[in-house]
Amino acid sequence: MKQYQGQALSWDVKAGVIELALHREPCNEIGTLVLGELEKFVEALDVLQREAHALILYSVQNPGFCAGADLRELYYGMQGLEKPAAIAGVRDFLERIHRVLNLMDAAPLTTIAAVHGVTFGGGFELALVCDMIIADKMTRFCFPELRLGLVPGFGGIPRLKRDLGNAVVRDLLLTGRSFNATKAQQIGLVSQVVGEGEALRVARATAAQLGKFDQETALAAKKFIKPIPYDELKQEIDLFCELFARPAVEAGLKKFVESTDAHPYLP
Amino acid sequence: MKTADQTLEEILGLAATHFKVPREKLSADDDFFKTLNIDSLQALDLLTRLENHFKVELPDYELQGVSDFRTLAGRIQSRL
Repeated sequence: MKQYQGQALSWDVKAGVIELALHREPCNEIGTLVLGELEKFVEALDVLQREAHALILYSVQNPGFCAGADLRELYYGMQGLEKPAAIAGVRDFLERIHRVLNLMDAAPLTTIAAVHGVTFGGGFELALVCDMIIADKMTRFCFPELRLGLVPGFGGIPRLKRDLGNAVVRDLLLTGRSFNATKAQQIGLVSQVVGEGEALRVARATAAQLGKFDQETALAAKKFIKPIPYDELKQEIDLFCELFARPAVEAGLKKFVESTDAHPYLP
Repeated sequence: MKTADQTLEEILGLAATHFKVPREKLSADDDFFKTLNIDSLQALDLLTRLENHFKVELPDYELQGVSDFRTLAGRIQSRL
C-alpha cells in the first residue's frame, strides 16, 4: 500500500521518502485506533521500504507531535473489569505496541522524527525509535508517567538508556519535568533544533541528503550503532504491569481524567 | 543583567504579542490563565517561549501553583 489515509494516520511515498503523518485529534493520543493503524503501517513497511531510503514521522496537529498514551481510553477501559483482566488487557496492548515500535526502531531505512510542541510520554517514546529527531524550537518533551504511579511503557527507559547518559535519564524520569528542544539538543537527544514550523521542511532536506549514499552501507552503519535492547524492553513490560496492578495507578488515572486543574500535566 | 522590572515587562510584552492581547490589558498580578484565556497546553507554549527568550531552563515543577505574571517573573529572574 503505497498510500494510506486512515482515521489516525496516513502515509505516502515521495521521491524515495515515506512520510507518515499523525492526524488524530486532539494530539495523536495513542490508543487502540492509533495502534491498529501503526500495525497496518509496519505491515506495509516490507513493501514500502523497497522504494524508499528514509521515513519521516510527523504530526499535523497544532498542539504537538503526540501527547502520549490515550489515558482516557485506558481508564474507562478498565472500569468494570476484574484486576487480572485489566492487567491482561494492558499487557496485550503493550506487547502489540512494542512489536510495532521495535520494527520501526530496526527498520531497514533511515528514520527521522520531525517534532513540534507537545512530545510527551508515549509520544516521546515514538520519537525515540527514530534514528534522528529534528525538533522545532517550540517542542517540549516529558516523561510524566511517575505522577500516575507508572513508568514509561512503550520502550522509553531502555531507549533513553541506549541514547543518553544514565544521570540524565534519572533526572528526566524521576522528576517527570518537561524540557525544551534546546535542552534536548544539549543532552544529545535531538540532532537539529530548527525554527518554529520548520521541522518537516528540514527533515525532508535531511532525507534528501541521505538518499545520496549507498543504502546498504547506511543500513550496516545503523545496525552497528543502534542495537535494539530487546531484553530490557521485555523487562519494561513486566515492570509496567507489576506497577499497573497497584490501586494507586487507578487513582492517578482517575485524577487525571477528571482533572480541571490548570496544570494537569504537572507532576 | 536585567532588573526584575525589566524581566516582568518583557514577559508581559511577550505574552501580549503572542496571545494577541493588548499590552495595556495585562498587569503584573493578573492570573495569566484567565487574562490570556489559555489552557494548560498553551501555558506550556508560553513557558517554552519564555525559556527561549530569556535563554533559561525552568523546570515546570517550579511553576506549580504559579498563575500570576509577577511570581512567574521572579522564578525566571532567579535563573538569569
